[in-house]
Amino acid sequence: MRTQRHILEGIDPWLVGLYVVLVLLGWMNIYAAVYNEEHKSIFDISQNYGKQMIWILSSFFLAFMVMVIDGKFYAAFSYPIYIFIMLLLVATIGLARDINGQKAWIEIGGFQIQAAEFAKFAANLALAKYLSQLNTKMEDFDTKVKAGLLVFLPFILILLQNDTGSALVFTSFIFVLYREGLSGNILLFGAGVGVLAILSLLFPKEYVLIAIGVIIGIFLLIIPKNWKNLLIIGGLAAVMVAMVMSVNIVFEKLQPHQKERIEILLGKRTDNKGAGYNVNQSKIAIGSGGLLGKGFLQGTQTKYDFVPEQSTDFIFCTVGEEWGFVGSVVVIVLFLFLFLRVIFVAERQRSAFTRIYGYGVASILLFHFSINIGMTIGLLPVIGIPLPFFSYGGSSLWSFTILLFILIKLDAYRLQILR
Amino acid sequence: MFISICLLVGLVYIARLFYIQVLDDSYKLSANNNVLRYVTEFPARGIIYDRKGRQMVTNEAAYDLMVVPRQVKDLDTLDLCNILDISKKEFIERMLKVKGYSRYKPSIFEAQIDKETYAVLQEKLYKFSGFFCQTRTLRKYKDRAAAHILGYVGEVNEKMVKESPYYKQGDYIGMSGMEKSYEEYLRGKKGVRVVMVDVHGREKGNYMGGQFDTIGKAGARLTSTLDLELQKYGEKLMQNKIGSVVAIEPKTGEILALVSSPAYDPNKLVGRVRSKNYRLLALNPLKPLFNRALMAMYPPGSTFKIANALIGQQEKVTFASTAYSCNKGISYGSLHIGCHPHASPLQLRQSIQYSCNAYYCQVFRSIIDSRKTTREGYDMWRNHVMSFGFGKKFNTDLPNELKGIVPTGDYYDKYHGKNRWKSLTVISLSIGQGELGATPLQMANMTAIVANQGYYMSPHIVKAIDGKPFNKYKIRNETNIDTAYFRDVIEGMQMVVDAGTAARSKIPGVVMCGKTGTAQNPHGKDHSLFVAFAPKENPQIAIAVMVENAGFGATYAAPIASLMIEKYLKDSITNKTAEEFLLKTNLLPDSLRAKMSVFQADSIKIKKQERLQDSLKRKEREEQIKKQVIEEERKKEERKNALKLSRAHKEAEKQENATLSKEQSKKPKKNNGPAPMKRQRKQAKQRDL
Repeated sequence: MRTQRHILEGIDPWLVGLYVVLVLLGWMNIYAAVYNEEHKSIFDISQNYGKQMIWILSSFFLAFMVMVIDGKFYAAFSYPIYIFIMLLLVATIGLARDINGQKAWIEIGGFQIQAAEFAKFAANLALAKYLSQLNTKMEDFDTKVKAGLLVFLPFILILLQNDTGSALVFTSFIFVLYREGLSGNILLFGAGVGVLAILSLLFPKEYVLIAIGVIIGIFLLIIPKNWKNLLIIGGLAAVMVAMVMSVNIVFEKLQPHQKERIEILLGKRTDNKGAGYNVNQSKIAIGSGGLLGKGFLQGTQTKYDFVPEQSTDFIFCTVGEEWGFVGSVVVIVLFLFLFLRVIFVAERQRSAFTRIYGYGVASILLFHFSINIGMTIGLLPVIGIPLPFFSYGGSSLWSFTILLFILIKLDAYRLQILR
Repeated sequence: MFISICLLVGLVYIARLFYIQVLDDSYKLSANNNVLRYVTEFPARGIIYDRKGRQMVTNEAAYDLMVVPRQVKDLDTLDLCNILDISKKEFIERMLKVKGYSRYKPSIFEAQIDKETYAVLQEKLYKFSGFFCQTRTLRKYKDRAAAHILGYVGEVNEKMVKESPYYKQGDYIGMSGMEKSYEEYLRGKKGVRVVMVDVHGREKGNYMGGQFDTIGKAGARLTSTLDLELQKYGEKLMQNKIGSVVAIEPKTGEILALVSSPAYDPNKLVGRVRSKNYRLLALNPLKPLFNRALMAMYPPGSTFKIANALIGQQEKVTFASTAYSCNKGISYGSLHIGCHPHASPLQLRQSIQYSCNAYYCQVFRSIIDSRKTTREGYDMWRNHVMSFGFGKKFNTDLPNELKGIVPTGDYYDKYHGKNRWKSLTVISLSIGQGELGATPLQMANMTAIVANQGYYMSPHIVKAIDGKPFNKYKIRNETNIDTAYFRDVIEGMQMVVDAGTAARSKIPGVVMCGKTGTAQNPHGKDHSLFVAFAPKENPQIAIAVMVENAGFGATYAAPIASLMIEKYLKDSITNKTAEEFLLKTNLLPDSLRAKMSVFQADSIKIKKQERLQDSLKRKEREEQIKKQVIEEERKKEERKNALKLSRAHKEAEKQENATLSKEQSKKPKKNNGPAPMKRQRKQAKQRDL
């Protein structure tokens, strides 16, 4: 067993570098998004950009702390951390004040903390721990249920806080499960359900049903007709028909603003002043950036508050407006590099725990990235989740920092464990 | 699998970004509409001064509430409605109207908000996103004077916007008077600031450092030729009377006063109340908006004898020594033209002094008959008359002036038939009646010609622009009359004032030359008319006064002219009784008196005053009755004369042309003249038929 001679030894420079670059780019764009003539200094802590600087510095400190702690700690304390955070989530439901209809924030000594942010790495740790146990096999029904429950618990607790966006993040763990041996059919099934739901919202039920009938008819013609196949197809058809018939019922159960957002996305409704305002203004801001952008601090749509939440959920608008297509692509490519690097790092692990954890990190980051940017450019419904490392906010930056640096630590630690 | 999802998401997003950032331009436009606001900087309209540098028209700040419909959101409609004091229904209607114009461009939501409302509004404006205030200037008149000639300013209509690229919806433009004639000087130059605004409509600074801004320029200062004090005095004297006063400085043609009565308070046609008040004024049967001084035509009556005396001398058919006898008029066969009692025979000077009708019938006949045919003689006469400025526009800076009527020879040829009329047929022209139509301005101008002894400077209303003399309309016009012939006319006019028809209006210490006149009015009392200039040597002022339905010229018009001249020359009034008498006199038809209150300061006060005046008037009237009896007798005589004249015409013509009457019934009718003239023409027809 080798001992770590230096804290920096073995850490992945790409991940750390990308992290620092993204965090600083985020800080710069927050500065531009809420730039205030009266507070010109980026270090002015009365403004969001000044505060973000504090979050960044404290995140660096947190990252350092994560690196200092022994690599064994994370695997060993996965469940206690998980349980602690779940209790925090329960406490949040009980204690939090209502802010914008959400009960997601608890106050601790003057700071507001969003427990849901921390639930991500907690769940990731627990899932990694559980799946890396030698006796768990993904093929087992029991494993599926238990792994599912680990993810489902924070999902439901966060949903109870009315923070749908953060809750949906946990669905991204399906990729982890897939990597660890979950049948691709389930993924396909999930994708199929999504497509079918969108289709039946977009078109009259009759058309969708006819389409299903035609597809199943073709299948019946192609595949060998034995009892097993007929049963599967019959079952699928029944499920699909039931889906189509019930989509509207489920849809009606959604909250009004969620329904509006989905309808706007699907083009069933235009309301640029009401529910569609955010997305429309966001598209205007990004679209007005053009090829090269308006230049640093020259953005008008974000700076003058036309885009709401311009330093948090809609931070990408500032990138699009001030840095144009070129800048946007740079940011997207940086993120993609990060994801690929995380996967690369995960795949080079000898420890299953680290590998699973790494996939969890990649899934969570990808989900945030896709939903957030997809929303600002009008491809996905408005779901209020931050862009990792970019968006203003202490809780999210801390949680993403911890999430990523645990991986970096585990990766650095890999050289020390014998297998 | 995971990697391919990453790449797929990345590619889709980059493609999407390429589309909205590079390919689709509409977002850039939307962004500009979001953030850029074109704020028009309205320059202050030029200030108008009187000839002595006293302010006549100034500006006052007002605020327009503008709205960009697209930017309106989360509006507390009730709050805004309360501030503006409008109903929700009206609010909705206005928004619809404004949206119909443009959703992106700012339009006026509420024009000309007063200071108090503005103060309240300004505080809450940040709450009303999409709304902002724009500063405008409104006209302000310290004195309620010269409303007609100053004119008023109004919002441009669609047609004006289409015709001139300078104007945008909601701009102001001079609609009448000097405001209209000098619009291009007064309006200045608009400036535009391109500013950036935030989502609440708050200004955030200049766009691109102000490089697209243009700087406005305030309107030019106009110095009017009017004498404000004289103008005010004239309007005061003319209150409760219908008519006009025009005073001209003969040497320059500068108009010193241009009164049209009834007048109105120019402040009433400013701002939000303009259209409401305009409607009231337009509906008023006394027609206060009608500028009688430039647009009303009257037969010049006996004042026209001046012209005929001059033409007669110029044509060498009349001399200072020429004397004609008059026996309460003159008869040509059965045609009798009456005259009031005076000594007989009279020479030229006395003929003016006593305004002898017979004398001028003779003069006129001599003029017309001095050529081979009546037509030739008439054309010659008409040419002379036109050289006095009658029957044509001066075409200077006076708005909407009418050219008056001096009938053409063709007119009479058509009317009576070629070679079927002669001097007697049109004999009423000799005493300024018949088909003649002259505006008070033209009558004043004729007086100025006499004062100048042969020429006139085109009458105009602006003396200087931005302090520099404005000489565009300083045009000298020569008449056909040689200077030498004016001497006796002027002497005669002096005698009118010293011991003639206007003897009561003499000004102590000033030698005034004048001529009375009475314009026949078949619909009621005759119009009282007086023209004068003073002093006799080096005349400073020439004036024409026309008081409708006031009877004989010496009664009202002459004292008004005399007071005006004294006011202008000496700036003091000696004849206080005449002044008081005039101020108290109400010559408005009883049924219309109440209407005057609409456009006078405050109606209650005026009603009180009216009641007082009425009681005073009753007493006065009793006293006046005696005077009036005499005057009415005179008038009756004149009317009789006219009737006789017309009857005589008919008979004379019958004798000459038995067949003519048949043709007369087919005569063309012209109905396009304004009211006073129409009446006159009808009368002429009656007479001639």
